[in-house]
Amino acid sequence: MTFDARMNRRQFVTVAATSAALPLAGHAAMDPPSSQGSRSPSLHQLTLNVNGQNHVLGLDSRTSLLDALRDHLGLTGTKKGCDHGQCGACTVHINGRRALSCMTFAAAAEGDQITTIEGLGSATEALHPMQQAFIDHDAFQCGYCTPGQIMSAIACVNEGHASRPEDIREYMSGNLCRCAAYPNIVAAIEQARDRMRQT
Amino acid sequence: MRPFEYQRTTDESDAVRAATSTAANIPATDQPIQFLAGGTNLSDYMRLEVLRPERVVDIARLDRQRYGQIEVSQQGLRIGALVRMADAEDHPLITRDYPVIRDTLYLAASRQIRNMATLGGNPLQRTRCEYFREVSFPCNKRKPGSGCSALDGVNRGHAILGTSDACIATYPGDFAQALIALDATIETLGPKGKRTIPFAKLHRLPGDTPHLETTLEPGELITFIHVPSGPWTRQSRYVKVRDRTSYQFALASAAVALDLNGDQVRSARIALGGVATVPWRAAEAEQSLHGKPLNEGTAQEAAEIAFAQAKPREHNRFKVDLGKQTLVRALLETRDMKATSV
Repeated sequence: MTFDARMNRRQFVTVAATSAALPLAGHAAMDPPSSQGSRSPSLHQLTLNVNGQNHVLGLDSRTSLLDALRDHLGLTGTKKGCDHGQCGACTVHINGRRALSCMTFAAAAEGDQITTIEGLGSATEALHPMQQAFIDHDAFQCGYCTPGQIMSAIACVNEGHASRPEDIREYMSGNLCRCAAYPNIVAAIEQARDRMRQT
Repeated sequence: MRPFEYQRTTDESDAVRAATSTAANIPATDQPIQFLAGGTNLSDYMRLEVLRPERVVDIARLDRQRYGQIEVSQQGLRIGALVRMADAEDHPLITRDYPVIRDTLYLAASRQIRNMATLGGNPLQRTRCEYFREVSFPCNKRKPGSGCSALDGVNRGHAILGTSDACIATYPGDFAQALIALDATIETLGPKGKRTIPFAKLHRLPGDTPHLETTLEPGELITFIHVPSGPWTRQSRYVKVRDRTSYQFALASAAVALDLNGDQVRSARIALGGVATVPWRAAEAEQSLHGKPLNEGTAQEAAEIAFAQAKPREHNRFKVDLGKQTLVRALLETRDMKATSV
Protein backbone atom coordinates (compact mmCIF):
# COMPACT_ATOMS: atom_id res chain seq x y z
CA MET A 1 0.00 0.00 0.00
CA THR A 2 1.34 3.40 -0.86
CA PHE A 3 0.77 6.27 1.48
CA ASP A 4 -1.27 8.82 -0.40
CA ALA A 5 -0.32 12.32 0.63
CA ARG A 6 -3.99 13.29 0.56
CA MET A 7 -4.85 10.53 3.00
CA ASN A 8 -4.65 11.67 6.59
CA ARG A 9 -3.15 9.59 9.37
CA ARG A 10 -6.50 8.39 10.66
CA GLN A 11 -7.69 7.17 7.25
CA PHE A 12 -4.39 5.37 6.85
CA VAL A 13 -4.69 3.70 10.23
CA THR A 14 -8.28 2.69 9.49
CA VAL A 15 -7.38 1.10 6.14
CA ALA A 16 -4.36 -0.67 7.59
CA ALA A 17 -6.39 -2.04 10.49
CA THR A 18 -9.13 -3.31 8.18
CA SER A 19 -6.70 -5.16 5.95
CA ALA A 20 -5.03 -6.75 8.95
CA ALA A 21 -8.34 -7.89 10.43
CA LEU A 22 -8.96 -10.80 8.05
CA PRO A 23 -6.47 -13.33 9.40
CA LEU A 24 -7.54 -12.49 12.96
CA ALA A 25 -11.16 -13.35 12.27
CA GLY A 26 -10.23 -17.05 12.02
CA HIS A 27 -8.62 -16.91 15.45
CA ALA A 28 -11.69 -15.45 17.07
CA ALA A 29 -13.84 -18.21 15.65
CA MET A 30 -11.66 -20.84 17.38
CA ASP A 31 -12.20 -19.43 20.86
CA PRO A 32 -13.93 -22.00 23.07
CA PRO A 33 -17.58 -21.24 23.79
CA SER A 34 -18.14 -19.47 27.09
CA SER A 35 -19.14 -21.60 30.06
CA GLN A 36 -22.31 -19.55 30.41
CA GLY A 37 -23.44 -20.33 26.91
CA SER A 38 -23.78 -17.72 24.25
CA ARG A 39 -25.58 -14.53 25.05
CA SER A 40 -26.72 -12.26 22.33
CA PRO A 41 -25.68 -8.65 22.43
CA SER A 42 -28.28 -6.32 23.83
CA LEU A 43 -28.89 -3.34 21.57
CA HIS A 44 -30.19 0.02 22.73
CA GLN A 45 -31.27 3.11 20.92
CA LEU A 46 -30.18 6.11 22.89
CA THR A 47 -29.51 9.80 22.59
CA LEU A 48 -26.18 11.23 23.65
CA ASN A 49 -25.72 14.95 24.10
CA VAL A 50 -22.15 15.73 23.09
CA ASN A 51 -20.77 19.24 22.84
CA GLY A 52 -24.29 20.64 22.84
CA GLN A 53 -25.63 18.42 20.08
CA ASN A 54 -27.94 15.43 20.38
CA HIS A 55 -26.96 12.24 18.57
CA VAL A 56 -29.24 9.23 18.22
CA LEU A 57 -27.25 6.02 18.27
CA GLY A 58 -27.98 2.29 18.28
CA LEU A 59 -25.42 0.72 20.57
CA ASP A 60 -24.55 -2.58 22.20
CA SER A 61 -25.05 -2.19 25.96
CA ARG A 62 -21.33 -2.97 26.43
CA THR A 63 -20.26 0.14 24.52
CA SER A 64 -18.31 2.54 26.68
CA LEU A 65 -18.86 6.25 26.34
CA LEU A 66 -15.27 6.36 25.04
CA ASP A 67 -15.99 3.93 22.20
CA ALA A 68 -19.28 5.68 21.43
CA LEU A 69 -17.43 8.98 21.05
CA ARG A 70 -14.55 7.61 19.01
CA ASP A 71 -16.07 4.83 16.92
CA HIS A 72 -19.68 5.94 16.54
CA LEU A 73 -19.46 9.73 16.55
CA GLY A 74 -16.01 10.10 15.01
CA LEU A 75 -14.82 12.27 17.90
CA THR A 76 -11.36 10.80 18.10
CA GLY A 77 -9.84 13.58 20.17
CA THR A 78 -10.68 11.60 23.31
CA LYS A 79 -8.00 8.92 23.60
CA LYS A 80 -8.03 5.31 24.71
CA GLY A 81 -4.97 4.60 26.81
CA CYS A 82 -5.51 1.74 29.24
CA ASP A 83 -9.31 1.28 29.00
CA HIS A 84 -9.25 0.45 32.74
CA GLY A 85 -9.37 3.82 34.47
CA GLN A 86 -5.66 3.92 35.22
CA CYS A 87 -4.31 6.57 32.84
CA GLY A 88 -6.83 9.39 32.37
CA ALA A 89 -6.34 9.71 28.58
CA CYS A 90 -10.11 9.31 28.10
CA THR A 91 -11.09 12.17 30.44
CA VAL A 92 -14.18 14.12 29.34
CA HIS A 93 -16.60 16.37 31.19
CA ILE A 94 -19.95 14.93 32.20
CA ASN A 95 -22.31 17.66 33.39
CA GLY A 96 -19.26 19.88 33.84
CA ARG A 97 -17.31 17.40 35.98
CA ARG A 98 -14.28 15.51 34.77
CA ALA A 99 -14.91 11.79 34.41
CA LEU A 100 -13.43 8.75 32.71
CA SER A 101 -15.27 7.87 29.51
CA CYS A 102 -13.75 4.35 29.45
CA MET A 103 -15.47 3.50 32.74
CA THR A 104 -18.80 5.03 31.73
CA PHE A 105 -21.28 2.90 29.82
CA ALA A 106 -22.69 4.96 26.96
CA ALA A 107 -26.19 3.89 27.97
CA ALA A 108 -25.59 5.28 31.46
CA ALA A 109 -24.63 8.68 30.01
CA GLU A 110 -27.95 9.21 28.26
CA GLY A 111 -29.43 12.42 29.63
CA ASP A 112 -26.06 13.90 30.57
CA GLN A 113 -24.21 16.80 28.97
CA ILE A 114 -20.91 15.51 27.64
CA THR A 115 -18.06 17.79 26.63
CA THR A 116 -15.02 16.51 24.77
CA ILE A 117 -11.82 18.20 23.66
CA GLU A 118 -13.58 18.96 20.34
CA GLY A 119 -16.10 21.06 22.27
CA LEU A 120 -13.50 23.51 23.55
CA GLY A 121 -12.08 25.43 20.62
CA SER A 122 -10.34 24.76 17.35
CA ALA A 123 -7.54 26.00 15.15
CA THR A 124 -10.03 28.08 13.18
CA GLU A 125 -11.76 29.52 16.23
CA ALA A 126 -10.17 30.79 19.40
CA LEU A 127 -8.41 28.18 21.47
CA HIS A 128 -9.43 27.66 25.09
CA PRO A 129 -6.89 29.33 27.41
CA MET A 130 -5.86 25.86 28.56
CA GLN A 131 -5.19 24.67 25.02
CA GLN A 132 -3.15 27.80 24.35
CA ALA A 133 -1.23 27.35 27.61
CA PHE A 134 -0.28 23.77 26.69
CA ILE A 135 1.16 25.12 23.42
CA ASP A 136 2.90 28.05 25.13
CA HIS A 137 4.56 25.78 27.69
CA ASP A 138 5.26 22.85 25.38
CA ALA A 139 3.30 20.77 27.85
CA PHE A 140 3.49 17.56 25.84
CA GLN A 141 5.84 15.50 23.77
CA CYS A 142 4.00 12.72 21.93
CA GLY A 143 0.65 14.39 22.65
CA TYR A 144 -1.37 11.24 23.24
CA CYS A 145 -2.35 12.10 26.80
CA THR A 146 -2.91 15.78 25.99
CA PRO A 147 -6.68 15.88 25.35
CA GLY A 148 -7.25 14.09 28.65
CA GLN A 149 -4.75 16.36 30.41
CA ILE A 150 -6.48 19.47 29.07
CA MET A 151 -9.98 18.32 29.98
CA SER A 152 -8.78 17.35 33.44
CA ALA A 153 -6.83 20.59 33.86
CA ILE A 154 -9.84 22.79 33.01
CA ALA A 155 -11.91 20.96 35.61
CA CYS A 156 -9.06 21.20 38.10
CA VAL A 157 -9.09 25.00 37.75
CA ASN A 158 -12.91 25.19 37.87
CA GLU A 159 -12.97 23.08 41.03
CA GLY A 160 -10.58 25.54 42.69
CA HIS A 161 -7.83 22.94 43.06
CA ALA A 162 -5.13 24.75 41.09
CA SER A 163 -4.00 27.40 43.58
CA ARG A 164 -0.61 25.88 44.33
CA PRO A 165 1.72 23.69 42.24
CA GLU A 166 1.46 20.88 44.83
CA ASP A 167 -2.34 20.97 44.57
CA ILE A 168 -2.11 20.81 40.78
CA ARG A 169 0.19 17.81 40.98
CA GLU A 170 -2.12 16.02 43.43
CA TYR A 171 -5.38 16.78 41.63
CA MET A 172 -3.87 15.98 38.22
CA SER A 173 -2.45 12.64 39.36
CA GLY A 174 -5.16 10.78 37.46
CA ASN A 175 -3.61 11.81 34.15
CA LEU A 176 -0.42 9.97 33.34
CA CYS A 177 2.11 11.30 30.84
CA ARG A 178 4.59 8.64 29.78
CA CYS A 179 6.78 11.36 28.22
CA ALA A 180 6.88 12.94 31.69
CA ALA A 181 6.04 16.48 30.59
CA TYR A 182 4.76 17.07 34.10
CA PRO A 183 6.68 20.28 34.98
CA ASN A 184 5.45 21.88 31.75
CA ILE A 185 1.90 20.70 32.40
CA VAL A 186 1.95 22.32 35.85
CA ALA A 187 3.30 25.55 34.33
CA ALA A 188 0.61 25.51 31.63
CA ILE A 189 -2.15 25.04 34.19
CA GLU A 190 -0.84 27.95 36.27
CA GLN A 191 -0.92 30.21 33.22
CA ALA A 192 -4.39 29.08 32.14
CA ARG A 193 -5.70 29.36 35.70
CA ASP A 194 -4.87 33.06 35.77
CA ARG A 195 -6.32 33.70 32.31
CA MET A 196 -9.48 31.69 33.04
CA ARG A 197 -10.04 33.87 36.13
CA GLN A 198 -9.89 37.00 33.98
CA THR A 199 -12.62 35.83 31.59
CA MET B 1 -16.92 -8.22 28.11
CA ARG B 2 -19.95 -10.50 28.04
CA PRO B 3 -23.23 -9.15 26.68
CA PHE B 4 -25.67 -7.95 29.29
CA GLU B 5 -29.06 -6.33 29.54
CA TYR B 6 -28.90 -2.71 30.73
CA GLN B 7 -31.80 -1.53 32.86
CA ARG B 8 -32.16 1.98 34.22
CA THR B 9 -34.30 2.53 37.29
CA THR B 10 -35.55 5.70 38.96
CA ASP B 11 -37.37 4.00 41.84
CA GLU B 12 -35.54 2.14 44.61
CA SER B 13 -38.18 -0.59 44.95
CA ASP B 14 -37.99 -1.24 41.21
CA ALA B 15 -34.21 -1.42 41.51
CA VAL B 16 -34.34 -4.01 44.27
CA ARG B 17 -36.98 -6.02 42.41
CA ALA B 18 -34.91 -5.95 39.22
CA ALA B 19 -31.82 -7.11 41.08
CA THR B 20 -33.37 -9.80 43.25
CA SER B 21 -32.33 -13.31 42.41
CA THR B 22 -32.24 -16.62 44.19
CA ALA B 23 -28.53 -16.92 43.63
CA ALA B 24 -27.39 -16.90 47.26
CA ASN B 25 -24.18 -18.63 48.38
CA ILE B 26 -22.63 -18.60 44.94
CA PRO B 27 -19.42 -16.64 44.36
CA ALA B 28 -20.12 -12.92 44.49
CA THR B 29 -18.48 -12.70 41.08
CA ASP B 30 -21.06 -15.10 39.63
CA GLN B 31 -24.05 -13.03 40.67
CA PRO B 32 -26.18 -12.74 37.54
CA ILE B 33 -27.36 -9.23 38.37
CA GLN B 34 -25.24 -6.27 39.43
CA PHE B 35 -26.09 -2.75 40.51
CA LEU B 36 -24.37 0.05 38.58
CA ALA B 37 -23.82 3.51 40.07
CA GLY B 38 -20.43 5.15 39.44
CA GLY B 39 -19.27 2.11 37.52
CA THR B 40 -15.59 2.60 38.32
CA ASN B 41 -15.20 -0.87 39.81
CA LEU B 42 -17.94 -2.71 37.94
CA SER B 43 -16.95 -1.70 34.41
CA ASP B 44 -13.32 -2.62 35.07
CA TYR B 45 -14.15 -6.08 36.41
CA MET B 46 -16.69 -6.67 33.64
CA ARG B 47 -14.07 -5.83 31.05
CA LEU B 48 -11.72 -8.32 32.70
CA GLU B 49 -14.62 -10.82 32.69
CA VAL B 50 -14.18 -11.37 36.41
CA LEU B 51 -17.78 -10.16 36.59
CA ARG B 52 -20.14 -11.44 33.91
CA PRO B 53 -23.59 -10.19 34.89
CA GLU B 54 -26.55 -10.97 32.66
CA ARG B 55 -28.28 -7.82 33.84
CA VAL B 56 -26.95 -4.49 35.06
CA VAL B 57 -29.38 -2.34 37.03
CA ASP B 58 -28.40 1.34 36.85
CA ILE B 59 -29.32 3.06 40.11
CA ALA B 60 -27.54 6.36 39.41
CA ARG B 61 -30.87 8.04 38.56
CA LEU B 62 -32.63 7.24 41.81
CA ASP B 63 -33.91 10.36 43.56
CA ARG B 64 -30.85 12.50 44.25
CA GLN B 65 -32.82 14.65 46.68
CA ARG B 66 -32.96 11.55 48.82
CA TYR B 67 -29.89 9.47 48.02
CA GLY B 68 -27.51 12.19 46.84
CA GLN B 69 -27.47 14.27 50.03
CA ILE B 70 -25.21 14.63 53.05
CA GLU B 71 -27.10 15.56 56.21
CA VAL B 72 -25.13 16.82 59.18
CA SER B 73 -26.77 16.92 62.62
CA GLN B 74 -25.92 16.70 66.31
CA GLN B 75 -26.27 12.93 65.99
CA GLY B 76 -23.77 12.68 63.19
CA LEU B 77 -23.71 12.23 59.44
CA ARG B 78 -26.32 10.66 57.22
CA ILE B 79 -24.81 10.12 53.80
CA GLY B 80 -26.93 9.03 50.85
CA ALA B 81 -25.51 6.11 48.89
CA LEU B 82 -25.37 8.11 45.66
CA VAL B 83 -23.17 10.89 47.09
CA ARG B 84 -19.99 10.94 45.02
CA MET B 85 -16.64 10.61 46.74
CA ALA B 86 -15.61 14.08 45.53
CA ASP B 87 -18.72 15.70 47.00
CA ALA B 88 -18.02 14.36 50.47
CA GLU B 89 -14.33 15.19 50.10
CA ASP B 90 -15.17 18.83 49.39
CA HIS B 91 -17.88 19.11 52.08
CA PRO B 92 -16.75 21.81 54.56
CA LEU B 93 -18.38 20.19 57.61
CA ILE B 94 -16.89 16.79 56.88
CA THR B 95 -13.48 18.42 56.48
CA ARG B 96 -13.92 20.26 59.79
CA ASP B 97 -15.66 17.67 61.94
CA TYR B 98 -14.73 14.33 60.37
CA PRO B 99 -11.27 14.90 58.87
CA VAL B 100 -10.50 11.17 58.76
CA ILE B 101 -13.36 10.72 56.29
CA ARG B 102 -12.09 13.57 54.15
CA ASP B 103 -8.56 12.11 54.24
CA THR B 104 -9.67 8.65 53.13
CA LEU B 105 -11.50 10.16 50.15
CA TYR B 106 -8.89 12.74 49.15
CA LEU B 107 -6.11 10.14 49.27
CA ALA B 108 -8.04 7.62 47.16
CA ALA B 109 -7.97 7.05 43.41
CA SER B 110 -7.95 10.11 41.14
CA ARG B 111 -10.25 13.10 41.05
CA GLN B 112 -11.96 11.77 37.93
CA ILE B 113 -12.74 8.51 39.68
CA ARG B 114 -13.83 10.34 42.83
CA ASN B 115 -16.23 12.40 40.69
CA MET B 116 -17.84 9.17 39.51
CA ALA B 117 -17.66 6.67 42.36
CA THR B 118 -20.48 6.71 44.91
CA LEU B 119 -20.12 6.23 48.65
CA GLY B 120 -22.61 3.37 48.66
CA GLY B 121 -20.51 1.48 46.15
CA ASN B 122 -17.07 2.45 47.42
CA PRO B 123 -16.98 0.10 50.45
CA LEU B 124 -17.91 -2.78 48.12
CA GLN B 125 -14.97 -2.35 45.77
CA ARG B 126 -13.26 -5.61 45.03
CA THR B 127 -9.72 -6.66 45.84
CA ARG B 128 -6.89 -5.77 43.48
CA CYS B 129 -5.28 -9.21 43.95
CA GLU B 130 -3.68 -9.86 40.56
CA TYR B 131 -4.73 -13.51 40.63
CA PHE B 132 -8.32 -12.48 41.24
CA ARG B 133 -8.18 -9.96 38.41
CA GLU B 134 -6.73 -12.36 35.82
CA VAL B 135 -9.31 -15.07 35.22
CA SER B 136 -6.86 -17.67 33.92
CA PHE B 137 -5.44 -18.21 37.43
CA PRO B 138 -7.00 -20.49 40.05
CA CYS B 139 -8.71 -18.33 42.68
CA ASN B 140 -10.91 -19.46 45.56
CA LYS B 141 -12.78 -16.16 45.45
CA ARG B 142 -13.84 -16.68 41.85
CA LYS B 143 -13.96 -20.49 41.77
CA PRO B 144 -14.36 -22.07 45.21
CA GLY B 145 -11.95 -24.96 45.71
CA SER B 146 -9.74 -24.08 42.75
CA GLY B 147 -6.90 -22.94 45.02
CA CYS B 148 -5.23 -19.65 45.88
CA SER B 149 -2.52 -18.59 43.45
CA ALA B 150 -1.34 -15.81 45.74
CA LEU B 151 -0.29 -17.99 48.68
CA ASP B 152 2.92 -18.98 46.94
CA GLY B 153 2.78 -16.48 44.11
CA VAL B 154 3.84 -12.87 43.94
CA ASN B 155 2.19 -11.67 47.12
CA ARG B 156 3.90 -8.37 47.87
CA GLY B 157 0.61 -6.50 47.97
CA HIS B 158 -1.31 -9.12 49.89
CA ALA B 159 -2.80 -9.15 53.36
CA ILE B 160 -1.11 -10.20 56.60
CA LEU B 161 -4.16 -9.84 58.87
CA GLY B 162 -7.44 -11.72 58.59
CA THR B 163 -6.01 -14.17 56.09
CA SER B 164 -6.86 -17.85 55.70
CA ASP B 165 -5.38 -20.82 53.88
CA ALA B 166 -7.91 -20.14 51.15
CA CYS B 167 -7.33 -16.42 50.51
CA ILE B 168 -4.93 -13.59 51.32
CA ALA B 169 -6.44 -10.94 49.05
CA THR B 170 -6.20 -7.42 50.48
CA TYR B 171 -9.25 -5.26 50.97
CA PRO B 172 -8.20 -2.29 48.83
CA GLY B 173 -10.37 0.62 49.98
CA ASP B 174 -9.68 3.62 52.23
CA PHE B 175 -13.10 5.09 53.11
CA ALA B 176 -14.10 1.82 54.81
CA GLN B 177 -11.32 2.28 57.36
CA ALA B 178 -12.82 5.61 58.43
CA LEU B 179 -16.28 4.05 58.63
CA ILE B 180 -15.24 1.09 60.73
CA ALA B 181 -13.14 3.27 63.06
CA LEU B 182 -16.07 5.64 63.62
CA ASP B 183 -18.61 2.84 64.28
CA ALA B 184 -20.68 3.66 61.21
CA THR B 185 -23.84 1.79 60.36
CA ILE B 186 -25.38 1.20 56.97
CA GLU B 187 -29.01 1.24 55.99
CA THR B 188 -30.05 -1.12 53.25
CA LEU B 189 -33.11 -1.87 51.17
CA GLY B 190 -33.49 -5.44 50.01
CA PRO B 191 -36.05 -8.04 48.98
CA LYS B 192 -37.03 -8.36 52.66
CA GLY B 193 -37.29 -4.63 53.23
CA LYS B 194 -35.12 -2.18 55.12
CA ARG B 195 -32.52 -3.01 57.71
CA THR B 196 -29.65 -1.32 59.50
CA ILE B 197 -26.40 -3.15 60.13
CA PRO B 198 -23.12 -2.12 61.75
CA PHE B 199 -20.56 -1.33 59.07
CA ALA B 200 -18.23 -3.77 60.84
CA LYS B 201 -20.65 -6.60 59.93
CA LEU B 202 -20.73 -5.79 56.20
CA HIS B 203 -17.55 -7.56 55.12
CA ARG B 204 -16.87 -11.23 55.78
CA LEU B 205 -13.50 -12.67 56.64
CA PRO B 206 -12.37 -15.05 53.90
CA GLY B 207 -12.09 -18.18 56.07
CA ASP B 208 -13.05 -21.21 54.00
CA THR B 209 -15.49 -19.19 51.91
CA PRO B 210 -13.59 -16.26 50.36
CA HIS B 211 -16.14 -16.23 47.52
CA LEU B 212 -18.73 -14.81 49.94
CA GLU B 213 -17.51 -11.26 50.40
CA THR B 214 -20.27 -9.41 52.22
CA THR B 215 -23.37 -10.10 54.28
CA LEU B 216 -25.63 -8.38 51.73
CA GLU B 217 -28.20 -10.56 50.02
CA PRO B 218 -28.66 -10.59 46.25
CA GLY B 219 -30.68 -7.49 45.40
CA GLU B 220 -29.89 -5.75 48.70
CA LEU B 221 -28.85 -2.17 48.14
CA ILE B 222 -26.92 0.10 50.50
CA THR B 223 -29.08 3.25 50.75
CA PHE B 224 -27.52 5.34 53.55
CA ILE B 225 -24.41 5.46 55.68
CA HIS B 226 -24.70 6.78 59.24
CA VAL B 227 -21.67 8.03 61.11
CA PRO B 228 -22.35 8.84 64.79
CA SER B 229 -20.88 12.03 66.19
CA GLY B 230 -18.52 11.92 69.14
CA PRO B 231 -15.71 13.85 70.76
CA TRP B 232 -13.19 11.78 68.74
CA THR B 233 -14.36 12.66 65.22
CA ARG B 234 -12.64 16.05 65.04
CA GLN B 235 -9.29 14.71 66.15
CA SER B 236 -9.03 12.08 63.48
CA ARG B 237 -6.72 11.34 60.62
CA TYR B 238 -5.79 8.83 57.92
CA VAL B 239 -2.20 8.04 57.02
CA LYS B 240 -1.70 6.15 53.78
CA VAL B 241 1.63 4.73 52.63
CA ARG B 242 1.98 3.61 49.03
CA ASP B 243 4.45 3.02 46.21
CA ARG B 244 3.81 6.42 44.66
CA THR B 245 2.56 9.54 46.39
CA SER B 246 -0.79 9.76 44.64
CA TYR B 247 -3.30 7.65 42.73
CA GLN B 248 -2.25 4.37 44.27
CA PHE B 249 -3.67 1.75 46.62
CA ALA B 250 -2.27 1.53 50.13
CA LEU B 251 0.57 -0.78 51.12
CA ALA B 252 -0.29 0.14 54.69
CA SER B 253 -2.66 2.70 56.11
CA ALA B 254 -4.16 3.66 59.44
CA ALA B 255 -7.28 5.58 60.38
CA VAL B 256 -7.13 7.00 63.89
CA ALA B 257 -9.67 8.96 65.95
CA LEU B 258 -8.81 10.13 69.46
CA ASP B 259 -10.61 11.47 72.46
CA LEU B 260 -7.87 12.94 74.63
CA ASN B 261 -7.76 14.56 78.02
CA GLY B 262 -4.52 16.48 77.72
CA ASP B 263 -2.26 13.76 76.38
CA GLN B 264 -4.20 11.08 78.27
CA VAL B 265 -6.26 8.75 76.06
CA ARG B 266 -9.97 8.60 76.91
CA SER B 267 -10.67 6.55 73.85
CA ALA B 268 -8.77 5.63 70.73
CA ARG B 269 -10.19 4.22 67.54
CA ILE B 270 -7.92 2.50 65.08
CA ALA B 271 -8.54 0.89 61.71
CA LEU B 272 -5.93 -0.54 59.39
CA GLY B 273 -5.89 -0.70 55.60
CA GLY B 274 -3.66 -2.22 52.93
CA VAL B 275 -2.69 -5.03 55.29
CA ALA B 276 -5.92 -6.93 55.93
CA THR B 277 -8.48 -8.96 54.01
CA VAL B 278 -11.36 -6.80 55.26
CA PRO B 279 -11.68 -3.30 56.76
CA TRP B 280 -9.79 -3.97 59.98
CA ARG B 281 -10.54 -2.59 63.43
CA ALA B 282 -7.59 -2.98 65.80
CA ALA B 283 -9.66 -3.26 68.98
CA GLU B 284 -6.94 -4.71 71.24
CA ALA B 285 -4.51 -2.01 70.21
CA GLU B 286 -7.16 0.58 71.10
CA GLN B 287 -7.68 -1.01 74.53
CA SER B 288 -3.96 -0.89 75.23
CA LEU B 289 -4.01 2.90 74.95
CA HIS B 290 -6.99 3.64 77.17
CA GLY B 291 -6.11 5.71 80.21
CA LYS B 292 -2.48 6.07 79.16
CA PRO B 293 -0.57 9.06 77.87
CA LEU B 294 -0.12 8.85 74.10
CA ASN B 295 3.57 8.98 73.31
CA GLU B 296 6.09 7.22 71.12
CA GLY B 297 6.34 4.34 73.60
CA THR B 298 2.62 3.66 74.07
CA ALA B 299 2.01 4.12 70.34
CA GLN B 300 4.70 1.54 69.60
CA GLU B 301 3.12 -0.87 72.12
CA ALA B 302 -0.25 -0.45 70.45
CA ALA B 303 1.32 -1.12 67.06
CA GLU B 304 2.97 -4.31 68.34
CA ILE B 305 -0.41 -5.51 69.60
CA ALA B 306 -2.15 -4.57 66.35
CA PHE B 307 0.24 -6.74 64.33
CA ALA B 308 0.84 -9.53 66.85
CA GLN B 309 -1.25 -11.97 64.81
CA ALA B 310 0.20 -10.95 61.44
CA LYS B 311 0.86 -13.84 59.06
CA PRO B 312 3.18 -12.64 56.33
CA ARG B 313 4.07 -14.64 53.21
CA GLU B 314 7.19 -14.59 51.10
CA HIS B 315 6.98 -11.12 49.56
CA ASN B 316 4.95 -9.14 52.08
CA ARG B 317 7.03 -9.46 55.26
CA PHE B 318 7.88 -5.78 54.99
CA LYS B 319 4.24 -4.99 55.71
CA VAL B 320 4.59 -6.03 59.34
CA ASP B 321 7.10 -3.26 60.09
CA LEU B 322 5.58 -0.84 57.62
CA GLY B 323 2.14 -1.37 59.14
CA LYS B 324 3.43 -0.76 62.65
CA GLN B 325 5.30 2.38 61.67
CA THR B 326 2.29 3.67 59.77
CA LEU B 327 0.12 3.22 62.84
CA VAL B 328 2.65 4.87 65.17
CA ARG B 329 2.86 7.82 62.81
CA ALA B 330 -0.92 8.06 62.51
CA LEU B 331 -1.37 7.98 66.29
CA LEU B 332 1.24 10.67 66.95
CA GLU B 333 0.10 12.89 64.08
CA THR B 334 -3.50 12.64 65.26
CA ARG B 335 -2.45 13.50 68.81
CA ASP B 336 -0.66 16.57 67.47
CA MET B 337 -3.57 17.82 65.37
CA LYS B 338 -4.75 21.23 66.42
CA ALA B 339 -8.05 20.55 68.09
CA THR B 340 -10.47 22.79 66.22
CA SER B 341 -12.70 24.97 68.35
CA VAL B 342 -16.36 24.02 68.41
